[in-house]
Amino acid sequence: MKYSVFNLVKNAFSYHENWQKAWSSPELKKEYDVIIVGGGGHGLGTAYYLAKEFGVKNIALLEKSWIGGGNTGRNTTIIRSNYLWDESAALYNHAVNLWEGLSSELNFNVMFSQRGLYHLAHSVHDMQEITRRAYSNYLNGIDAEILNQDQVKKNIPHMNVTGRYPVLGAILQRRAGTARHDAVAWGYARAAENLGVDIIQNCEVTGIDISNGAVTGLQTTKGSVKAKKVGLVPAGHSSVLANMAGFRLPISSVPLQALVSEPIKPILDCVIMSNTVHVYVSQSDKGELVVGAGSDSYNSYSQRGSFDMIEHIMGPLTELFPIFSRLKMLRQWGGIVDVTPDRSPIIGKTPIDNLFINCGWGTGGFKATPGSAHVFAETVAKGEPNKIAAPFSIERHFSGALVDEAAAAAVAH
Amino acid sequence: MFVIKCPYCGERDQTEFSCHGEAHIARPENPDNLTDAEWGEYLFIRSNKKGIHYERWTHDHGCRRWFNVMRDTISDEILATYKMGEEKPKT
Repeated sequence: MKYSVFNLVKNAFSYHENWQKAWSSPELKKEYDVIIVGGGGHGLGTAYYLAKEFGVKNIALLEKSWIGGGNTGRNTTIIRSNYLWDESAALYNHAVNLWEGLSSELNFNVMFSQRGLYHLAHSVHDMQEITRRAYSNYLNGIDAEILNQDQVKKNIPHMNVTGRYPVLGAILQRRAGTARHDAVAWGYARAAENLGVDIIQNCEVTGIDISNGAVTGLQTTKGSVKAKKVGLVPAGHSSVLANMAGFRLPISSVPLQALVSEPIKPILDCVIMSNTVHVYVSQSDKGELVVGAGSDSYNSYSQRGSFDMIEHIMGPLTELFPIFSRLKMLRQWGGIVDVTPDRSPIIGKTPIDNLFINCGWGTGGFKATPGSAHVFAETVAKGEPNKIAAPFSIERHFSGALVDEAAAAAVAH
Repeated sequence: MFVIKCPYCGERDQTEFSCHGEAHIARPENPDNLTDAEWGEYLFIRSNKKGIHYERWTHDHGCRRWFNVMRDTISDEILATYKMGEEKPKT
């Protein structure tokens, strides 16, 4: 059923009790052409684009718990593409281009709101860094504006720009913003199922069958299944899945946490991000402030962040916005992020034939969801890396061609 | 939040420490002879264990010395701390 005003009115007469389910719960079949492992936004999107653009008919998507229950539902929903290096700019801007048409493409409102993102500069060095980044962005066709202190203060009147770490300026990307993260998972799931993808929830992969160096199928908690190709799209368990296939990854899995405040009336109409004092904040459509900061330094699979990190998040927030200091924080949660040495993702082939991987998105994968899914779908369908995905192969860790966004000071997402 | 037993100072709050990744990765003895694959393996590839993990910590706001920790990455429980150069405890 297509979602429309007409259908909304029609269903109002039956008190909205007769909407059909957005996706069903099919049984796992014996064999598929392509199996995607991981039902977050990236995985669901991959299944969708495989079916829609690359003509793959027989697809299953396996999710160990419920779709969108991992990092897709745990992030702070920030979307931007103003990365320094050409390779990252191409990847993340491909995503922003797709975000702009995503709601109509999926017939599902993902609430993409291009409210603009301010990345703050607190020192002369920061100003030089954002200026360098802005010129790099211009060359890659990405919008960027450099604002001085007065312009920042005028646009965001509540911000304290003369604190201990004064705000000297900001780089503004107006095309950046936020989206409703659950809706992204639901929208892709519904659209993928309409194209015939079997979405199997509560189905954890426990083993990867390999014969003569090529993947032949998977062992799961719902039985074994054969597959001609498998795409692994995990977050938080990339190394665990890679170990099942007998190889290791340049990844450390660490906790990252976020918080939301009690809902308040509209006060912040943009996204604020600072690497130097390290906090990012935006206001959701419900009125809650959504706040996050850095990840913990130690490996963990616990989905819990450390307690002291909360203070590291709230300190800079109340320094920047003294008006928020009396707000109560309602909820706090953690997710496990797979961090690579250069803070860029891994997309491409693995040492096993017909086994592909899309992982290592670290602290900033949500913004890339449609782009990541699209380039990975082409990589899986054709068996060779998509042009945008090619620089992000595992091989870069051996060739030395890192895409070092960590050193490029774009670490905070 | 962890209470970490520094092998030199005793039990202290986690905020005094910082973690520096997987322990017991020895620098290759013959760097000149390594292939690109071997260098990549040494520099970047990590076991990233789900379960018992051996890792390096420093007591930054204390004795400032390095030591190793054996910790369960599922429950975050610290099972042992020991000095650099000591054998890693059995699981």
